[in-house]
Amino acid sequence: MNTAAFLMMIFTTSFITGLTIYFFIKVLKAKPKQEPDSYSQNDHIKR
Amino acid sequence: MNQTKQAWGTRVGLILAMAGNAVGFGNFLRFPVQAIQNGGGAFIIPYLVSFVMLGIPLLFIEWSIGRFGGSYGFHSSPFMMQSMDRRRLWKYVGVFGIFSNIGIASYYCYMESWTLAYIFHSIIGTFNGMDQHQVVQVFNDYVSINKATLIPFEPIVFFLICLGINVYILSKGLCGGVEKVAKIGMPLLIVFGLLLAIRAVTLKAGTAGAIYDSSVGLNFLWTPDFDSIYNPKVWFAAASQIFFTLSLGMGSIQAYSSYLRKKDDIALNAMSAGWMNEFVEVVLGGAIIIPIAVGYLGIPKVQELASLGGLGLGFKTIPYLFSQWGPLMATIAGVMWFGLLFFAGITSSLAMGTPVQGFLEDEFGWSRKKTAITFGIIILIIGMPTVLFFNQGVFDEYDYWTGSFSLFVFAAFEAVLFAWFFGIKKGWEEINLGADIKVSKIFRFLIAYVTPVLLIIVFLGAIFTPTNNDWIAAFNNLLNGHGWSFDHESLVGKILNAGLKEQITATTDENVIGELKYRILLANLARLLLLSVFVGISLMVRKAYYRHKKEGRL
Repeated sequence: MNTAAFLMMIFTTSFITGLTIYFFIKVLKAKPKQEPDSYSQNDHIKR
Repeated sequence: MNQTKQAWGTRVGLILAMAGNAVGFGNFLRFPVQAIQNGGGAFIIPYLVSFVMLGIPLLFIEWSIGRFGGSYGFHSSPFMMQSMDRRRLWKYVGVFGIFSNIGIASYYCYMESWTLAYIFHSIIGTFNGMDQHQVVQVFNDYVSINKATLIPFEPIVFFLICLGINVYILSKGLCGGVEKVAKIGMPLLIVFGLLLAIRAVTLKAGTAGAIYDSSVGLNFLWTPDFDSIYNPKVWFAAASQIFFTLSLGMGSIQAYSSYLRKKDDIALNAMSAGWMNEFVEVVLGGAIIIPIAVGYLGIPKVQELASLGGLGLGFKTIPYLFSQWGPLMATIAGVMWFGLLFFAGITSSLAMGTPVQGFLEDEFGWSRKKTAITFGIIILIIGMPTVLFFNQGVFDEYDYWTGSFSLFVFAAFEAVLFAWFFGIKKGWEEINLGADIKVSKIFRFLIAYVTPVLLIIVFLGAIFTPTNNDWIAAFNNLLNGHGWSFDHESLVGKILNAGLKEQITATTDENVIGELKYRILLANLARLLLLSVFVGISLMVRKAYYRHKKEGRL
């Protein structure tokens, strides 16, 4: 690959993959809200 | 207070369903074609700028409108919008949020059914040993109802199967149907996409029949032509791509988020689902079709095929290229590619059913099952012309009016409603209510001023698209007193059937003229049908409005 294409591809894919993972991990780590919340399958979890 | 019994099971399930709503055929077929036609690697600059200035603000707006409307017990856009401002116009603007879902699902489910058919044909080895022309012919025969196919009336059979699957899943409700499919479909789609992407980027010239290394295709896609950034056409293409890829202006995001409670986050959810879509589109979508196609066909042929759109590459070319890998690998790759497209398609079509179901549930008190069956019947009736008259342009007609025009109108109005009528102060509070991230104040400014103006510009751009989308030449002509010439794909050109009429004047063959006149007739009938759907929904909304007023809900 030529340098310009390679750099463009690496920068773009890393940037987008990084942000996708960052926001998804933030979702996974977010503390659930007090019941009743919007999600039915976490009703048994103690907060 | 949510009146409905429907609810999301988990937060991850909601995000996967939202991402699935956004991820569609366009991620794999439209994005790479747009990129190579608009500056290669440099396209990513206007594309990401559009994502920040148009995409993310609209995601925040749509998630907010949905949760706000849902708190009043509304799960479709007409009364969500009406609950935000008392002016009566808004409920009719909101009709677009039901209409476009019906219109798009009508042709989208047909396209989705192709993927099912092609999985079937990949498994039974239909494409093995065929040359490229024969693979193209399989597709052409398939969409021509009167041509002999393996199963009699095959496209209709697969269309019915596809509708049946959609109806069944929708009847199971949000948690038991839509969310369950998203939780299976999205991870599978990503796994299939990653495997195909690895195969594509490791393609070597001289192995498995490939003529070029994958690097030739990747160079073709990613080499930046920075001069293209100064071309308005590229910016329109980038803005449009962001629009379509995120499923904005449809009313489906609002419908999904209407099942959230006031205190639950929407800001982080919107960012997570939005970036997940970008990952699938840019990282996976950019790594499959172009490197493989260029590896076997070379750049000039791919340029020629890309000029006809991504569908041709996806259905007419890819099966032939896979068949070069031997029968077993061709079957595995075919199932993965069309399976990936099927999951991309069904997670989107389910999202199209949800606002329609929400409307019928809210206004008629129907059960989930009844609303799902009704949606299926509506799509069968409205969608059948796209199946029967695909070659006569009815499919494209639906795509233009419901998949482009309606989206621009609806998104421009909802951005104006949110920022200028509901008010940016209340709107900003709504976005930040229960937020699990701190949303940058830049977005407040963008939502208040930039996004509505940009959307109005994009909408006007769609109306006044100049010939060949060449804005610089068009403005030069206008300034030199030569007037403005509309492209056939502009709103004006479409209404006047300019493209077909030009073809009629260019030929003397009576048969061709007859065929073109028939296409004009069908295009006009398709528009009439879509218009009557819009009017029908508007009348139902009007009736419901007076009932809500009487009950004091509005």
